Amino acid sequence: MKLKLKVWRQPDAQTPGRLVDYLAEAKPDMSFLEMLDVVNEGLIVKGDEPIAFDHDCREGICGSCSMVINGRPHGPRDRTTTCQLHMRSFEDGDTVVIEPWRSSAFPIQKDLVCNRSSFDRIIASGGFISAPTGSAPDANAIPIRKSDADRAFDASACIGCGACVAACPNASAMLFVSAKISHLGKLPQGQPERYTRALSMVEQMDAEGFGSCTNHGECEAACPKGISVENIAQMNRDFLKASVSKRPEVAAGGAG
Amino acid sequence: MKLDPKIPSGPLTEKWNHYREHVKLVSPGNKRKYKVLVVGSGLAGASAAASMGELGYQVECFCYQDSPRRAHSIAAQGGINAAKNYHNDGDSAFRLFYDTIKGGDFRSREANVYRLAETSVRIIDQCVAQGVPFAREYGGLLDNRSFGGAQVSRTFYARGQTGQQLLIGAYQALERQIGLGTVKMFARHEMLELIVVDGVAKGIVVRDMVSGKIESHMADAVCLASGGYGNVFYLSTNAKGCNTTANWRAYKKGAAFANPCYTQIHPTCIPVSGDHQSKLTLMSESLRNDGRVWVPKRKEDRLKHPSSISEADRDYFLERKYPSYGNLAPRDISSRSAKEVCDEGRGVGPTGLGVYLDFADSIKRLGKQKIQEKYGNLFEMYERITDENPYEVPMRIYPAVHYTMGGLWVDYELMSTVPGLFVLGEANFSDHGANRLGASALMQGLADGYFVLPYTIGNYLANVKPSDRPSADHVEVKKAEQNVQSRIEKLLSIKGKTSPAHFHRELGKIIWDYCGMARNKEGLEKAISLVQDLKKRFWSDVSVPGSGQSLNQALEHAGRVADFIELGELMCRDALQRSESCGGHFREEWQTPDGEAKRDDQQFCHVAAWEYQGESQEPLRHEEPLHFENVELATRSYK
Repeated sequence: MKLKLKVWRQPDAQTPGRLVDYLAEAKPDMSFLEMLDVVNEGLIVKGDEPIAFDHDCREGICGSCSMVINGRPHGPRDRTTTCQLHMRSFEDGDTVVIEPWRSSAFPIQKDLVCNRSSFDRIIASGGFISAPTGSAPDANAIPIRKSDADRAFDASACIGCGACVAACPNASAMLFVSAKISHLGKLPQGQPERYTRALSMVEQMDAEGFGSCTNHGECEAACPKGISVENIAQMNRDFLKASVSKRPEVAAGGAG
Repeated sequence: MKLDPKIPSGPLTEKWNHYREHVKLVSPGNKRKYKVLVVGSGLAGASAAASMGELGYQVECFCYQDSPRRAHSIAAQGGINAAKNYHNDGDSAFRLFYDTIKGGDFRSREANVYRLAETSVRIIDQCVAQGVPFAREYGGLLDNRSFGGAQVSRTFYARGQTGQQLLIGAYQALERQIGLGTVKMFARHEMLELIVVDGVAKGIVVRDMVSGKIESHMADAVCLASGGYGNVFYLSTNAKGCNTTANWRAYKKGAAFANPCYTQIHPTCIPVSGDHQSKLTLMSESLRNDGRVWVPKRKEDRLKHPSSISEADRDYFLERKYPSYGNLAPRDISSRSAKEVCDEGRGVGPTGLGVYLDFADSIKRLGKQKIQEKYGNLFEMYERITDENPYEVPMRIYPAVHYTMGGLWVDYELMSTVPGLFVLGEANFSDHGANRLGASALMQGLADGYFVLPYTIGNYLANVKPSDRPSADHVEVKKAEQNVQSRIEKLLSIKGKTSPAHFHRELGKIIWDYCGMARNKEGLEKAISLVQDLKKRFWSDVSVPGSGQSLNQALEHAGRVADFIELGELMCRDALQRSESCGGHFREEWQTPDGEAKRDDQQFCHVAAWEYQGESQEPLRHEEPLHFENVELATRSYK
């Protein structure tokens, strides 16, 4: 099959970018990234710079892929990352527009590659359970209801790709942030820090310049792992409760 | 070069306790004066960086991805072993130790493996405390499943995404330390040289992959947790970015490379569909708990629809050959059996390189819903890639490169032959011998990072003065930076006609054909000359467009392929010298009458560690003898 590609090319963060046309030949069994590999090899042997894009595991779990394909993050197939999208989802003769994630909190570094370190900083601000190595009790000491463990798992399936941000008209990161808050908040181990976690993660999210949620639900539709917007409701509840019950920290020096 | 494994004295079960009780310590006040570098942020790297940050060391961590959370540990599906014996089925640290030693075909160190087995139980505790959502039973306690090479259920899992959940746990611990300022993270930074001053590892040279800037980082110790080298085969289940560059740079600076020929070919992967294929996808070994592996008995039936082949005309070859382990025979054995039936012309699918993994019986027995609960995401992944529904048609699978047991040689303290250079996780060679059992890689990565290195590094640093750390303008640092710079310039200046990917594919084919599932003397000798020729062509005809001063993925790939080519040659040399069959290393000349691997314990009960001798010199092979005091060297049988 033959396709016409319109790909976002941008040399670096400072230089303006534009859409550039390419012709691609593909087979239905190829993955979308394999189709781009072929285009890139063609460019390389001509001495032209290949299209830069993030990818790594190519099995839908590392979260590196970050392409908007024909206006949809990760392309036309539901619950599928770009690397797991196959060319059989396209028709011969199609025009395919490929752009990077667009959000000021994800500045473009080159072509389709953007900087998502804002997500890491949000996790660093509180997206964890403080359990220093060596301090853990026996794993079966605290039974966890299966349904709680399963729901925590559903939220923890997030791969941190950022499609939710790319899909949201406000470039909100609330699906990502809330998935972590739900994951840890559903587990007994996550309770001691539950409310401080909600406060600090939301604060960091705002500081990074992500927008607010206005209930469009585009994030859930774009999420390759099917993370539910229910998590946002959970986050809002935790955040609200934390905000009204917040008290200054009590700290006093030891008396020897 | 002297290979001193530094195994503590005393009985096997007491070695690690004794070590920990007598190891030198660094006081909390002094820890913050030491700087430690960690290259890689997978299970081993992230857990080590986080744990050392918690201890108070100044840590810097590097990864080539845009975030430490993307390291390839994330793709591990099936599970992690631990000798918890929660299921009362007779498991113990000794049994896990024995299974691992036997699984590795008696080519690993007893003391290391026992430490791994006894540490395994603490890993599960640690991960649960971090919030890893392992599968649970209705009573709220942890669930287990079985994996290959074991007759107990000791594998903890989180659906088919165990690696993801464990890595996110370690990543969150790492991010916590980054937030607290004890760890500094350098994402999109690639290590391109090891800095050795007076024979001691003192830093690394990295390239900022966005700006192209070459920077040196000085430290009191360097830890490589940079993963395996499976991508030497081009097609593997590894992530596209996985590479051997950090390890290879260290090898060229004096770190011995041990057992490079020990590579694992995993039996259950989705078969290759065409020349465009960029990577292979694993289907978790856990599927063999409920799936039955078969091919038609007769060649003529191989293209028939599987449902039209009657029970009597099917050959469930693993159940037939290995009745006591059946479909859960270890990986090397299962892979070779699949190759065998395909070589006989009974392979299924358009290429004839495939066998069925059939769930029909389990769906009948347990219901579709139960199967969906256990393997739903794997079935979905299979369908996405192949466009076939495995609930209705049996999966087609074929072996693919998955893991490398070889790696940099380390002693009991995980230190390489370069003092101050530690190697963790898949990047080292230490625990899996000639074949790794399923669900043991996650265990080893986390054992090394959470519970081994934090102790052993203290023993080293206690004898190092932080004030002796060389400055960044030391002559060795400048030399290392110059090496990196001139290599990059060389790659950019060739301006040939062939893409790095093309060379990579060519290399992969050579290694797969001659140093893959079956090897022989003639083939290996041929492979060595083919690889040498490939190297010459690479350095005269590779095309790397763009500049070194910006994000340049062709340049990154070219540098990695150059190192893979050299490693490929070393693998073939190692395979050629090891005139025996063991685990994943199957030499056709050494097999039993029924086609099983035949070890030669008289000649080869040792680790082979290779020392670099210079550009045009043959490397030197050293031996570390393996002593078995607690297990008997037996012929591995799963019959």
